[in-house]
Amino acid sequence: MKEEIVSLKNTWVYFNDILVLEDVTFSLKKNDFVSLIGPNGGGKTTILKIILGLIKPDKGEVFVFGKAPEKGRKSIGYLPQYSFVDLNFPINVFEVVLMGRYDTVGKGYSKEDKDRALNALKTVGMLEYKDRQIGRLSSGQLQRIYIARAICREPELLLLDEPTASVDPEMQKSFYELLSELKKKMAVILVTHDISVVSVYVDSVACLNRRLFYHGSSEAALKKLEQVYECPIELLAHGIPHRVLKKHGK
Amino acid sequence: MIELLQYEFTRNAILAALLVSVACGIVGTFVVIKKMVFISGGISHAAFGGIGLGYLLGINPILAAIPFSLLTALGIGTISKTIKVAEDTAIGILWTLGMALGIVFVNLAPGYAPDLFSYLFGSILTVPSTDLILMLVLDFVIVTVVIFFFREFKAISFDEEFSTVIGVPARGLYLLLLCLVALSVVVMIRVVGVILVIALLTLPAAISRQYTYNIKKLMLLSSIVGAVLTIVGLLLSYLFDLASGATIVLVLVLCFLFSWILKRSK
Repeated sequence: MKEEIVSLKNTWVYFNDILVLEDVTFSLKKNDFVSLIGPNGGGKTTILKIILGLIKPDKGEVFVFGKAPEKGRKSIGYLPQYSFVDLNFPINVFEVVLMGRYDTVGKGYSKEDKDRALNALKTVGMLEYKDRQIGRLSSGQLQRIYIARAICREPELLLLDEPTASVDPEMQKSFYELLSELKKKMAVILVTHDISVVSVYVDSVACLNRRLFYHGSSEAALKKLEQVYECPIELLAHGIPHRVLKKHGK
Repeated sequence: MIELLQYEFTRNAILAALLVSVACGIVGTFVVIKKMVFISGGISHAAFGGIGLGYLLGINPILAAIPFSLLTALGIGTISKTIKVAEDTAIGILWTLGMALGIVFVNLAPGYAPDLFSYLFGSILTVPSTDLILMLVLDFVIVTVVIFFFREFKAISFDEEFSTVIGVPARGLYLLLLCLVALSVVVMIRVVGVILVIALLTLPAAISRQYTYNIKKLMLLSSIVGAVLTIVGLLLSYLFDLASGATIVLVLVLCFLFSWILKRSK
């Protein structure tokens, strides 16, 4: 049996008395590639933040690499959905990516760290921009930088919160190609609204709308959705994703 | 001009300007890029409570201001992030609390407080040598801490949540950064006074950041700008017999406006 690296048991989360996650049990094993889908406000980002130890559940147990979530951070690469950063901040592309290699207080960045950061920039096709101040990039380019920052950590678990939201189609494709390479080396949780991606690249799906409705192979998930709606899933996903997923509970 | 340097008080004043510029360049850079101006304003004003306490206890007010402003920094930093009060509201409350305490302490202190005014508005020409040594020590602490935690301070300034995710102890280091602000305030009180300290913590870095996108260069440039403009302000205040703290601030503001216009008109 494969090693379990994330385990949420009967997890409940409230934000100011609003129920965000209801009795969610979720597990992820080594080298799994899971896609989290669900409507806005369904709790997808919340699950990622629980795994990162940024949100403490009100009830339930969480283990990441068999430890408390904040102890697992060294082995996690994270791509946030939004970064509320000051685009005028005095920092360049390389420095942002290098932060992904941060280890601990007092231990500076080594030559290897710098090489990995440059490599990651090359992977996302942004090497030539390495000295540019981050405010002088487009939002899609910035997203690529954040992708590089997440992967240069060489994590055992990669958490991606809508990674391709502002990236052009060409980059999207090469990003998913990259992911299918990366998933050989690490477990991936991908939050996305892009169900066409799920059908091609992802092994399993978790549908989340406050409760976890389905957690299993993506093939079965897609079949199920197609059965319910009697039309190709891609159409559904791109057309009216929120309604599709809301009806899930009935 | 040269004969001015023969006097101990002018030499002390120039030394004070140089010591202040170290703190304003290094800590001021973080104050500006992490957008901590208002919280720093709160810490600097609340430091007046420490000055008052010094009068009350009969010790050097600058010395008393060190623990007082450190506690204020920790208090503001903790309360503004834990209690369900808007951060600026919490700052406003502690800002005025510190000042009010300072005034009450001075009232309670026996006798008359002769140079109280200089702690409020600064008096660079009357900085005693003992305070210079204190300023030097505080500068040394500030520089050492920033060198050691530079990567962490940069990370939390850029994106606090992400820095937590990569394992930076962001909460603690934020409080440490506020403590550095508190120490810088103490370094600067003698020169511009608690009310005008925030000018030295923001203007040199605000002027300099228009010219560089590198944090280390920004610190260096802010220090140089701080030193030059403080000394220019000092000279002008001497020549025109004006209050030194206020003159320094006016020079800083004018220079900011000038550099801003120059940058925009290109």
